[in-house]
Amino acid sequence: MPKDSGIGAAPKRREDVRFLTGTGQYSDDIKVFGQATAVFARSNVANGVINSIDTSAAEKMPGVLAVFTGADFTEVGGNPAGWLINSRDGEPMKEPKRPVLAHGKVRHVGDAYAAVIAETDQQARDAVEAIEADITELPAIVDMKSALSGSDFVHDEIGTNQCFDWGWIEDNRAATDEAIKGAHHVTTLELVNNRLVPNAMEPRCSMAEYSASRDEYTLHTTSQNPHLTRLLISAFVLGIPENKLTVIAPDVGGGFGSKIYHYGEEALVLAAAKRIGRPVKWTADRTEAFLTDAHGRDHVTKIELALDKEGKFLAFRTETMANVGAYLSNFSTATPTFLHGTLMAGNYTVPLVYVNVKAVFTNTAPVDAYRGAGRPEATYSIERVIDKAAREMGMDPIAMRRKNFIKSDQYPYASAAGLEYDAGNYDALMDKMEEVADVKGFAARRKESEANGMLRGLGVNAYIEACGIAPSNLVGVLGSRVGLYDAATVRVNATGNLSVMVGAHSHGQGHETVFPQVVADMLGIDEAAIDIVHGDTSKIPFGMGTYGSRSLAVCGSAVVRATEKIITKAKKIAAHMLEASDADIELKDGQFSVAGTDKSVSFGEVALKAYIPHEFPLEDIEPGLEETAFYDPANFTYPSGAYCCEVEVDPETGRVRVDRMTAVDDFGNVINPMVVTGQVHGGLGQGIGQALVENTSYDADGQLLSASYMDYTMPRADDLPFYTVDHSQGTPCTHNPLGVKGCGEAGAIGSPPTVVNAVIDALQSGGKNVTHIDMPVTPHRVWSAMQTV
Amino acid sequence: MYAFDIERPTSVADAAAALGDEDAQALGGGQTLIPTLKQRLASPSKLVSLADVAEMQGVSLSGRDLKIGGATTHGVVADEAASTYPGLAGLAAQIGDPAVRNRGTIGGSLANNDPSACYPAAALASGATITTNTREIAADDYFQGMFATALEEGEIITSVTFPVPEAANYQKFVQPASRFALVGVFVAKYADGVRVAVTGASNDGVFRWSEAEDALSADFSADALDGMTVSADDMIADLHGSAEYRAHLVAVMTRRAVAAAS
Repeated sequence: MPKDSGIGAAPKRREDVRFLTGTGQYSDDIKVFGQATAVFARSNVANGVINSIDTSAAEKMPGVLAVFTGADFTEVGGNPAGWLINSRDGEPMKEPKRPVLAHGKVRHVGDAYAAVIAETDQQARDAVEAIEADITELPAIVDMKSALSGSDFVHDEIGTNQCFDWGWIEDNRAATDEAIKGAHHVTTLELVNNRLVPNAMEPRCSMAEYSASRDEYTLHTTSQNPHLTRLLISAFVLGIPENKLTVIAPDVGGGFGSKIYHYGEEALVLAAAKRIGRPVKWTADRTEAFLTDAHGRDHVTKIELALDKEGKFLAFRTETMANVGAYLSNFSTATPTFLHGTLMAGNYTVPLVYVNVKAVFTNTAPVDAYRGAGRPEATYSIERVIDKAAREMGMDPIAMRRKNFIKSDQYPYASAAGLEYDAGNYDALMDKMEEVADVKGFAARRKESEANGMLRGLGVNAYIEACGIAPSNLVGVLGSRVGLYDAATVRVNATGNLSVMVGAHSHGQGHETVFPQVVADMLGIDEAAIDIVHGDTSKIPFGMGTYGSRSLAVCGSAVVRATEKIITKAKKIAAHMLEASDADIELKDGQFSVAGTDKSVSFGEVALKAYIPHEFPLEDIEPGLEETAFYDPANFTYPSGAYCCEVEVDPETGRVRVDRMTAVDDFGNVINPMVVTGQVHGGLGQGIGQALVENTSYDADGQLLSASYMDYTMPRADDLPFYTVDHSQGTPCTHNPLGVKGCGEAGAIGSPPTVVNAVIDALQSGGKNVTHIDMPVTPHRVWSAMQTV
Repeated sequence: MYAFDIERPTSVADAAAALGDEDAQALGGGQTLIPTLKQRLASPSKLVSLADVAEMQGVSLSGRDLKIGGATTHGVVADEAASTYPGLAGLAAQIGDPAVRNRGTIGGSLANNDPSACYPAAALASGATITTNTREIAADDYFQGMFATALEEGEIITSVTFPVPEAANYQKFVQPASRFALVGVFVAKYADGVRVAVTGASNDGVFRWSEAEDALSADFSADALDGMTVSADDMIADLHGSAEYRAHLVAVMTRRAVAAAS
């Protein structure tokens, strides 16, 4: 029976009322008296030496209030990397300084080297054009392979373009090499995980205010994690004391990872607000978003899979070059390493895994986590090479996966890539997928397509990912420079309604609807009495924000813990009111009652008593009803799934149409199935976008060819089919109180290999021995592949 | 955007006079010009909007000639030419999205002559006549390469006249991002022969595929094109497709247009 409230119910998203009626409050909507505008001067070359920047003409332009260059920030810190990676030889990674504004050199097209603050946007833009920058262009370092072998460096001071050379698990290297050498069969695949531009609907925006009398700053900014942004600005970049800086991320129109990070523009507007004594706002235009938002993916990988004659996996070995772009963005070193290499055993009992990742500096935009962050790259490599191996060995791809699955009685399971999977049932997912995707009916559908002159292919995928990042103790050992707990404060107001202050930030996810379902369920009260407060460091406890599908698993667990504390205290108050012992108090449907009696008080009466503590046992109980909990998970959570895609390929043009897409996911327990389905839909759209259309293309000079929607293809409604989404096969997470795993990235992780496997299957059915096409699988690439075999 | 003045004349004569000023620029539907201005890539002193010129609006049939006012939007052509010239209406209905079709105009498209725009293929394949405030120009003389036309400075396309063919069709293979034509082929069959015009493909802009025209004039069937290809020399090559791919698509789209022509 579907419930109509609480855990498992599907109330509509309350936040959508303001999003859909145009009454959201985004950073750029905030307009304050005296506000000035910042516009940046950005490099139009990918690599160049700044000989001089003459701002004298710009400073005299109408409306100009201040002009900044990199020279203004030489005394302040750089934007740091959040995760230290050590190379195989034990050397720490290279960490060149990432300044607020480029100084000495510009390192990618769009790198900001100056900024104008003016009364109006037009005046600021006019003044930017009047800045005379003498920049000597240098040859651009774009291709990763040449970057590693060349003698020109993105950062001269480190004398190399290699950030690190990481091995995982280094102790398994020799054994993996041996297993591959002696294997019955080895399948090799070289592939590219294509670079993506995040394309959040709302471009980045930052607005700073400074009060000289209080010596306090307020920064409204498009952030997925305002406390982390404050910490970075305070501790590393500008040194503003944390208690003098409030960071507010109001409504934020999508992030997908790109708004996790602190960017130089945030520091610039803070410094400018102080210098001119007025509020200063910068809003990116779409071109700036293309050129300067941290991009995603961009791996070049060679993967080998060793098998015995029965098709059992013996080892995976990969060599990857991961592009980090021109500067280290905050988590760019974690993404290709611990969020990628640790997943390289997939859902399988493979005994050996060895992953080598070289991170490479290039004269391109920084690359960092983007929806899935490392796990899509792992899944794509694994699930593409398995399909190729199955074809080479004449085995059914589903049967080969089943033969190697970890079985449901093997948990907890220590994977060969170093993680301990707590729960899962991959065969059940595959069973369900075969059922709802009607895999049996595929042959008939193929015949029908062929009768219409089209090739039809079916592709599958089994993925696992790690969410709920992460146990602080574990990530600390692995190099993380931050903890990855989250926090919640549950404040019961005197009149019985609740404000729940959470560290997770909602920028489309639906927290404002889902978190109240959890609290309401625990307290037995109406969800409508509960509001979520997020995004404002002056109001919420220190949380680590939203990314890695962690909000419910980590912050939701903190909400549970804080609510448990509320219940414990409320029971004490109720016991006092009912003249009973705490241990005898039961909470049901919002009523506290004495077990075995008809004596009870309501939740509302207890709340009122907490704040009007007349006749209160102050020696035993403090007034008030407000509790905070910090939750640090014991392990990652491990969502998994089985996906199926059917495509039609037009053999004349190479055009691929996704006809059917099925996603069967194990997210553990589900709080709001409608929100989960929506998250999967969004992920599938982005995953199919990566697989088929999204092409970030730099030319040899480091110019971004796909820097607008005229050339960068976003997936649109008519590129996508109606999806079949199922999450009935959940195996609850064993170590968090809700048994939840996380659903935000699954669709983007599971779908790219599924789509590409389907395209290859279609071409094979047409007699074309095409074994691989790099994403995006555009019509041109499909057609070209068909010409060469 | 840089600052500019704007005028909204209501007659062709006033529009032409307004365009006499130095650095004045005609504004049709603005679907190319406005984004260009926003990027600060153009700085006209004055925009002369043609949207309020009543004599440049509308679709009318006279005998076998369909006359479309230069300021008529794609959306109006898609609706009002549907019964008289379905091939042309079908082309108009595939341009951009509803917002583009409700602003963009046929005169603006032909004056800009983007090498990937749709309308040039229809005008050239139909042997249309482009009428300006000063003269009439045959389509065969009008298109002069990428973004280049026979228009003089300040000349305004007041209408375009299409002889309605016996059968026609436009097949567009979209560039996936912009949804302009990666290759678009317009085939029009007249009593005196078949005309085939190709957009999106060539570095020289829209062109007629005369070899296909000859074959189709003799036998108007897709089979008549069997084995026929265009050279990839001078075809556009970019991140969406190579020259060879575009040349291949020209043949595919032409066959499909013939098969679909009605």
